Amino acid sequence: MLAPHLPMLQVVVPLLMAPFVVLLRPRGLAWAAATMASLMAFAIAIVLALSVVGDATLTYRVGGWMAPYGIELRVDAFGALLLLVITGASSMALLGGQRSLERALPPTREPYYFSAWLLALTGFVGIAVSADAFNIFVFMEVSSLASYVLIAGGPDRRALSAVFKYLIMGTVGATFYLVGIGLVYMMTGTLNLADMAGRIEAVADTRPMIVAAGFITVGLALKAAIFPLHIWLPNAYAYAPHVTTAFLAACATKVALYVLLRFDFLILQQHLSGHAFQFAGYLMPLAVLGILVGSGVAMFERDLKRLLAFSSVAQIGYMLLGASLVSVSGLHAAILHMFNHALAKGGLFLAVAAFAAVTSGWRLEQIGGIARTMPWTFAAFVVCGLSLIGVPGTAGFLSKWYLVTAALEHGALGIALVCVILLSSLMAVAYVWRMVESACFAPDFDAETDADSTPNRDFAAFSHLLPTILWIVALANLYFGLANALPLELAKSAARTLLGGLP
Amino acid sequence: MSTITLLFSIFLLTLLMITTMAIVRTRNLFVAVMLMGIASLLIAASFFLLDAADVALTEAAVGAGISTVLFLGALALTSERERSPSSLPLLSLGIVAIVALIVIYATFDQPPLGSPSAPVQAHLTPWYIESTRELIDIPNVVTAVLASFRGYDTLGEVIVVFTAGVGVLFLLGTGASASAAGAPLSEDNAGLRHYLIPRILGRLLIPFILLLGFYVQFHGEYSPGGGFQAGAIVAASIILYSLLEGEQRALLVIPQGVLLAMMVGGVLLYGAVGVAGLVLGGNFLDYSVLDSDPVKGQQWGILLIEIGIGITVAGVLISIFHAFASRGAA
Repeated sequence: MLAPHLPMLQVVVPLLMAPFVVLLRPRGLAWAAATMASLMAFAIAIVLALSVVGDATLTYRVGGWMAPYGIELRVDAFGALLLLVITGASSMALLGGQRSLERALPPTREPYYFSAWLLALTGFVGIAVSADAFNIFVFMEVSSLASYVLIAGGPDRRALSAVFKYLIMGTVGATFYLVGIGLVYMMTGTLNLADMAGRIEAVADTRPMIVAAGFITVGLALKAAIFPLHIWLPNAYAYAPHVTTAFLAACATKVALYVLLRFDFLILQQHLSGHAFQFAGYLMPLAVLGILVGSGVAMFERDLKRLLAFSSVAQIGYMLLGASLVSVSGLHAAILHMFNHALAKGGLFLAVAAFAAVTSGWRLEQIGGIARTMPWTFAAFVVCGLSLIGVPGTAGFLSKWYLVTAALEHGALGIALVCVILLSSLMAVAYVWRMVESACFAPDFDAETDADSTPNRDFAAFSHLLPTILWIVALANLYFGLANALPLELAKSAARTLLGGLP
Repeated sequence: MSTITLLFSIFLLTLLMITTMAIVRTRNLFVAVMLMGIASLLIAASFFLLDAADVALTEAAVGAGISTVLFLGALALTSERERSPSSLPLLSLGIVAIVALIVIYATFDQPPLGSPSAPVQAHLTPWYIESTRELIDIPNVVTAVLASFRGYDTLGEVIVVFTAGVGVLFLLGTGASASAAGAPLSEDNAGLRHYLIPRILGRLLIPFILLLGFYVQFHGEYSPGGGFQAGAIVAASIILYSLLEGEQRALLVIPQGVLLAMMVGGVLLYGAVGVAGLVLGGNFLDYSVLDSDPVKGQQWGILLIEIGIGITVAGVLISIFHAFASRGAA
């Protein structure tokens, strides 16, 4: 009986739990309620993903009104894959992060934090299931506002200036998107995406449409932290509470990228003349620069979280590079990389949360000797790091392999792109090695220099859940590297849909 | 659009441009806040000329009213003068100029304003007008679109307001510790109680503002208005009360816990109406199933969710005000 309502319940469960959580005062209760809601959302996402395998699409009429008059929800393979990433990242981060958050937050503020967490989750899944341009904007607002709260939540005061920068840039991005859909609405009279795609043909080469395409692309590129619009990202990720970073790094920018790809491919690409060429010509150089600059900065960064954040800039570049090839194989690689990168980066940031529990900081010299203190956590960290590099046998290898294959379809340009991918993979080896080197071979920083300030040496007492979750994520990195059935299938189907059923 | 309206629009927009230029140029933050209030009023008047009375009401209540008070509250925590920038922001100026030129470029092909053949008027609007009469039977089509046809967007907007409230309370705290219940009213937080004329005149206004708020709330189906505007107006009257009588007295009238319950309760009421539609065999937010007569059900649904909106908006705005004000007092 509930089955036809699942796309709606995906949003409603976290949405209605969020106000409820604010009222839960006793310590730990807010966390438990938020985790429960998140796990329910995860379960719904799994059911949805299984039911869209094989190019199926689920739709839902909110309020019973038919599209385009009412608002329609639509879950296809791309959306389902993203839902898995969002709800999975949220659930793993909440499950593993309880103790870490307990230390970062004063007890009176806990209910607000977990409410904001569920609101961010609501915003992200709301965007993923929506088939209405303005509805996407509304949930973008919800997710952005809630993310600002999550980032500013920690004890680190530098987060406030970082989040202010993010707020200003995020607002500019959302406003650009709104101006864009305002112009499209003016010319087509509709907000429903499918209806829009049908009616755009008649007004394809008018000036408002061309300007709208630009505004929407730039606005979403800002939200997705596409180079050079990424400058809000490193500090926001670095100074946020570790568990927030693990959640947002796994899914926040990918949601914006999802909207960008859907808008560009389903609506603009197929109807504006020359848009495919402009899209590729504009975004491919940015993707290449993002890959090289992001990896390059990460090689010289000494702050562990900033290092991983710059690596994210490079990884967004990979996804964009795949999309800018404008081919099914390129999109397939890009979408698969969204899933695989979430696995790798989410795991790495969760490991940072575990390290930070026993060290006095997370600069590279401060995690010295961590491999001896917490060998199991460190091993999980290394597995995720290998997946980030793209070592065969891990999830990261598969998406990079598909990306290289897709690039090689493009002749000389493709060979140049493959060189870029290889070069940046070598850079990734370098920065992952720097982390491993400090952790294994550097002197035991805390024990020798400031043993007194060490908050907690006894990791077992700190949390039993976090290492378990970390290992689940690490094993997922291996599992999806060897038997990549479901995400592979969903990504392929998503790529076909985006290119409108072309071979 | 008649010639008079057109001329008046041009006049308003020119004033708006001058005001915004002045906001950018001034280094005195107090002046900037006042000018922003004026800019909001000008925008509200322009919306009204474009026949968007609902939006005009919101812009006037929130833009000119409440955000001015919040900015003043923030200003009390910092200095009045802005530090002069070290260099001319030429890059920003260039980007703003380019974006403005692009938007102007886009307007050349737009359909004429108010033209009945414009896609916005021709595509969905006839259906909305027809179905409002037939399926919902209320005079205000805007309310029907916002509360029922696109009720899910409106739920999202309420969530945005709620998120803002959660964010401010998380960052600034509830201020409850600063003004614990039962504590004697301190002198430095006594509002304008020693200034007789503003106090008497202000207190005279409060009942009328409250009444207007409730009118706007319950008349939204017939005339411009609804929960968002009503919530903002009610919040404005409470904020005026706390400006006159001091923040602590306002907290005695509506304590912190009640405000939190309002924030949460409004959203949950909206959500409960949606879930009720689901349970009674319809889709989420389908109000038709709430009553044996679908048209009655729609009207019930709209009434209930508008109340939910009003409660949450008022709760959030008053809470945000207290969060700023209690910081200023501390």
